[in-house]
Amino acid sequence: MSGARDWEANSPERLYVITGGRSGSSVPATLDLVTLIVAKSGPRHGMQPEHAAIIRLCQSPLSVAEISAYTGLPVSVVTVLLSDLLRDEKVMARAPVQAARLPDRALIEAVIDGLQKL
Amino acid sequence: MDFRSSEQALGPRSEDALPATATAAVKVVIVGGFGVGKTTLVGSVSEIRPLTTEETMTQAGIGVDDTLGVERKATTTVAMDFGRISVNDELVLYLFGTPGQQRFWFLWRGLFEGALGAVVLVDTRRLEVSFDVIGRLEERGVPFIVAVNTFPDAPVYPVEEIRGALDLPESVPIVECDARLRDSSRDVLMTLMRYLQSLAVPAGAS
Repeated sequence: MSGARDWEANSPERLYVITGGRSGSSVPATLDLVTLIVAKSGPRHGMQPEHAAIIRLCQSPLSVAEISAYTGLPVSVVTVLLSDLLRDEKVMARAPVQAARLPDRALIEAVIDGLQKL
Repeated sequence: MDFRSSEQALGPRSEDALPATATAAVKVVIVGGFGVGKTTLVGSVSEIRPLTTEETMTQAGIGVDDTLGVERKATTTVAMDFGRISVNDELVLYLFGTPGQQRFWFLWRGLFEGALGAVVLVDTRRLEVSFDVIGRLEERGVPFIVAVNTFPDAPVYPVEEIRGALDLPESVPIVECDARLRDSSRDVLMTLMRYLQSLAVPAGAS
């Protein structure tokens, strides 16, 4: 336990190791804070623990922001890990709805309906 | 509740899991100064307890006057709270509360890109902190409304006076709210959506 504490949670060194030194700039721009991620299967033995953790979390759809919150990893690190999992087809990404310059009426109306039910 | 601290590490509680039918998500950004009630607003309407996402800021992003941690590699962690509302079985709305300073906005790539719109949450005791935020949103073409969080000890101004002080055009809605109350926060979001709806109508069509 004390060993884990010494390895400061979000120290640059630890994050560097987790991502293999890659930064968010190498990640496809399709990953948004609200992109929903769904695992295609369960975690495999021998996977990097962070990859396995994401797969366990994403048995139900979960946004990139929520994955960041639950893993305690910065979004920029999560997106690097997700790009690995997407490349290996371990997870699927459901792209966020992109708001056009003018918002989509049907989308806004759906949100209004949903808010009215709160 | 005894396991509260470990919950976040383990993942969402089963009742917080999204249905498998959830296929699309949209976001709204709540912008405001420190202590203006962003997290309170998010928390009062969110179906999940607000979560926190963090991003690390490297030295380049920190003010040069910041001497904290210079003895080691200078990074600082900035947190952003967010919540979630399932609009229907397919569509999920996320609410992100972010500080007004623009230097934080770039930490989360695409925070405003693709956002439906924004709510500028203001405190009448510190209206001036909102000038910059409003200017930046206008520059970026992000549609927004202004919500005045009514603190018990804050002076009450007529909406038109606030509009004048913030130099806002007539078209931008200003609403008062009590961010602690679910219905009030819901009405703020509803005002934003109605405003977006009005923008979606081609000019002159109504």
